[in-house]
Amino acid sequence: MYPFFYRPMFEVLEDGWNSFLPQNAFKGLESMTDEWRLSEVNKDFSVCSSYPSLVVVPKDVDDDALRKVATFRHGGRFPVLSYYHSKNGMVMMRAGQPLAGTNGRRCKEDEKLINATLRPGKRGYIIDTRTINVAQQAKARGGGFESEANYPQWRRIHKSIERYNVLQESLIKLVEACNDQSHSMDRWLSKLEASNWLSHVREILTTACLAAQCIDREGASVLVHGTEGTDSTLQVTSLAQIILDPSCRTIKGFQRLVEREWIQAGHPFQQRCAQSAYSNSKPRHEAPVFLLFLDCVWQILRQFPCSFEFNESFLVLLFEHAYASQFGTFLCNCAADRARLSLPEKTVSLWSWMNRPQELEHLTNPLYEANSLVIWPSVAPQSLLLWEGVFLRWNRSSKCLDEAYDEMVHIIEYNKELQNKVNCLRRQLAELETDEPVLQTP
Amino acid sequence: MCGGFCLFAISDHSHTHTHSPLPVEQVRLLDRFSNKSTNGTLYLTATHLIFVESSSNNSTSAGQEIWILHHHIASVEKLSLTTTGCPLVIQCRNFRVVHFVVQRERDCHDVYSSLLRLLRPVCFEELYAFSYNPKQNDQEREEGWQLIDLGAEFERMGVPCDQWQLTDVNRDYKVCETYPQNLYVPITASKPIIVGSSKFRSKGRFPVLTYFYQEKKAAVCRCSQPLSGFSARCLEDESMLQAISRANHNSRFIYVMDTRPKLNALANRAAGKGYENEDNYSNIRFQFVGIENIHVMRTSLQKLLEVIGTRSLSMSDYLVGLENSGWLRHIKAVTDAAIFLAKAVTVEGASVLVHCSDGWDRTAQVCSLGALLMDPYYRTIKGFMVLIEKDWISFGHKFADRCDQLDGDPKEVSPIFTQFLECVWQLTEQFPQAFEFSEWFLLQIHEHVHSCQYGNFLGNNQRQREELQLRERTHSLWAFLMSERQNYLNPFYSPAYSEAHPVLQPSTLPYHFKFWRNMYHQFDRSMHPRQSILKAILTLKEKTCKAESTLHALENRLQQHGVAPMVTSDTPAPPPSRDQRSNPLPPRPDSLILGAPVNHKEVERHQEEHEQGEVGQEALESTNSERTVEGSSGTESRKQSYGELEGKHNEELAKEEPAVVSLELGVARMTC
Repeated sequence: MYPFFYRPMFEVLEDGWNSFLPQNAFKGLESMTDEWRLSEVNKDFSVCSSYPSLVVVPKDVDDDALRKVATFRHGGRFPVLSYYHSKNGMVMMRAGQPLAGTNGRRCKEDEKLINATLRPGKRGYIIDTRTINVAQQAKARGGGFESEANYPQWRRIHKSIERYNVLQESLIKLVEACNDQSHSMDRWLSKLEASNWLSHVREILTTACLAAQCIDREGASVLVHGTEGTDSTLQVTSLAQIILDPSCRTIKGFQRLVEREWIQAGHPFQQRCAQSAYSNSKPRHEAPVFLLFLDCVWQILRQFPCSFEFNESFLVLLFEHAYASQFGTFLCNCAADRARLSLPEKTVSLWSWMNRPQELEHLTNPLYEANSLVIWPSVAPQSLLLWEGVFLRWNRSSKCLDEAYDEMVHIIEYNKELQNKVNCLRRQLAELETDEPVLQTP
Repeated sequence: MCGGFCLFAISDHSHTHTHSPLPVEQVRLLDRFSNKSTNGTLYLTATHLIFVESSSNNSTSAGQEIWILHHHIASVEKLSLTTTGCPLVIQCRNFRVVHFVVQRERDCHDVYSSLLRLLRPVCFEELYAFSYNPKQNDQEREEGWQLIDLGAEFERMGVPCDQWQLTDVNRDYKVCETYPQNLYVPITASKPIIVGSSKFRSKGRFPVLTYFYQEKKAAVCRCSQPLSGFSARCLEDESMLQAISRANHNSRFIYVMDTRPKLNALANRAAGKGYENEDNYSNIRFQFVGIENIHVMRTSLQKLLEVIGTRSLSMSDYLVGLENSGWLRHIKAVTDAAIFLAKAVTVEGASVLVHCSDGWDRTAQVCSLGALLMDPYYRTIKGFMVLIEKDWISFGHKFADRCDQLDGDPKEVSPIFTQFLECVWQLTEQFPQAFEFSEWFLLQIHEHVHSCQYGNFLGNNQRQREELQLRERTHSLWAFLMSERQNYLNPFYSPAYSEAHPVLQPSTLPYHFKFWRNMYHQFDRSMHPRQSILKAILTLKEKTCKAESTLHALENRLQQHGVAPMVTSDTPAPPPSRDQRSNPLPPRPDSLILGAPVNHKEVERHQEEHEQGEVGQEALESTNSERTVEGSSGTESRKQSYGELEGKHNEELAKEEPAVVSLELGVARMTC
């Protein structure tokens, strides 16, 4: 494959493969709380094949317990820390579905693990990204959900985020609608509606807002899972962090989020993004899960244009590289595969290329002003838009919009330049005026 | 505070105040899209309905006020009594919808019946414009009215010229009541031809010049439908079109655009009206463009508003509703027609005659939008005023009927002008640098078309306006907007762009037409983006302005010291649209929309202070709660939403949960 032959034509300032290691991320957490530890239980990927070798778990739960919990969760994906809300100490965890099955199996260690994250007398929320019906049906295949009886301290909420082929079909329909050059308004709107794409966007955003609300407004901890815990779960946990955590809205922070919540968390990029988004074949595991996530981020960016350090181009770039790239970042399905193929040694990281001043310049939002607050997007249908930058990219000229963008950059830069000059002259004047008396004395 | 405030408001209107003030206490204002509500007091003055939020509610939002001008109210509905009180739903023409619950039914009925009385003015003199007094003297008022001069506008276009002349045939509105007195016609059109032609046209609206494209000497003319029936013809009318054709040497023919769907035009023939027969008129190219009539447009907007007013609207229902309303289809049809017109004139150099039935609705839309595409002048603030004055006001778009200024025929009401504004907005989205004004300008014009606060849009035609002596008795909106010009500037406007692209060539592929949220959800704050690029850039420009003057002051002081500045203000390359920075921007209201038409400076200031206070408070609240985990601030709301979640869970065990959270989020407070 190309990434293995690709050699960078640029000077690597910082190796992207080492930019976002779990052990470094944990150091940040350690400074805020001592209730969590870094476990090496999955060092050789034997406990959970899709998890990275290092995961963050409650301090009081030992590795043996984790091994037991892994047998009770889909794909061995036992609950791990996804996000720590420093404002109130609440956390968000993610996992695979519990393997309760039809006869309602339970696992004491699992219950203990997630209860360990609750404060005394406090309740938590379990957000199941599937509808109650789908979750019920999963029982027949050995899956299921946490029952009230076994998890009395948790409230369960079901949402309905779609999976795989439904999403892929939606994307195919949307792309087809966008490429339809007939001039009828009715046809366009009806095709847009029939694609259901914006409904998916809305459902995912709503669920993410719900998770964020539980944490920030209710002051409760949250566990998110769907079936495998590698798709809708990650959409929800990563979007909730964008809403809650200002650092995720910076360029570095967003890269870290993608690395931690998508790549290391075992989103199967190889399966989901095997075909081009414009291809209308439907391999079984193909699904625009990551694209939907980026679309949701774009929607929030539209509503808070000054709160993100990156701009739309940055998101489009990530979309492109997730599907086809000369870099190794989005290759493979999980950390185990990546280690086996020695990707860090044999390929170049996207981050290495992106995090150079000349690239960052195009990806930086000139309006950015750090905003330390939680940002609540509106999820009303009237507030959500089609992401033209991706879906209409080849169908409309963006010349006028690009020129306006350049004008905006110009205005901002001109202002900066002026402010610098003002400061410079102020200093000059201040120096003069302190010198003056000395000069005048003789 | 509320009491004092009310007194003040009423005393200010005392000269027109005939009703006793009616403070109704303990009124709840329900949020349109969530379960939230606020308590307050309702006041009714001669001109406004005012809701003042009681300060005890919540310290952060104390004293929020909503001012609703009576003329803005389209309907008042009293719903059946509930356990909490008597609901009163008010729909406004500027798309504000307020839902009050009045505790006592008698109070509710009082408000309801008073409003009904106030809502239905029967004569123009009852309208706000006749009592509105912005503290200007007569001279200032007169200057305001002189701001827009249509004679000068035709001169700007290059008319009169060797082919077109000013005619006095309509002096004292003798030939056509609904036209202005000053009209421009081809040199070769004699009086008998004009008079003859006018007799062959609906309401006497014969073909006249409305825009002259100097570069190709091509003209845009407008009229009403011919009274052709199945076979009637009129030689004068044929000569009139011939004269228009001869006035343009660039083209052997003229286009005749009938902006109606063919079916409608055919139906009109049975009533002795209809369209031009190509066999009778030499050298015309006849074209239907299929814009629907006022009734279809009215129904379409009603459907749209119904859909977007639905609580917990799903994405699917929204898109289906948008499609079924047909609204965007109509917007596209008008734009398509305007593009056809602009192309015929600028590319082919042909003159075009535009008409519909009476030539004051669709014709006004197409002529004005077409001219906007052709001529960059109309894309400036002043030019846009001129355009509206020319194609809409002077040529007799029936604002009084269409906007329901007096208690009239509901079938005459139609959002024709709103559609025009929306078409312009859609263009500003495609060409962000081509317009000197921003969306706020369009919204403000829309606000005042319905406010009846200024004289410009009162009445149906110029003749009526003269009879009402509007220039003597009311004030001009244009002067007011001009004085606030800085508020409406588009920071991305580039005159250089217009120079390079004098004629706009928009795409009308369906996905270029978007739902205009800031118009139809103007007052539903929860729906809007929480940060606006427009506002951010305007603020920045303001800062730039200050920095420039500081820089000059610093330079001067350095020079007084006899030292050359280390850097000079000349070096930075200023942005192309430098002319906009010559004056410092005045402070803007913090709201997205420039506020209900609050007419006295004091109140405006009051509101602004309030709003700034609110924003500050919110920021403070957030920082507080960041420091103290379970801080006292905002506990109320937290409890409330927790309650919502609780309820949700209980329900949920049994069935699919409702989208309670999306509602909560729909009104999530702006936290930044």
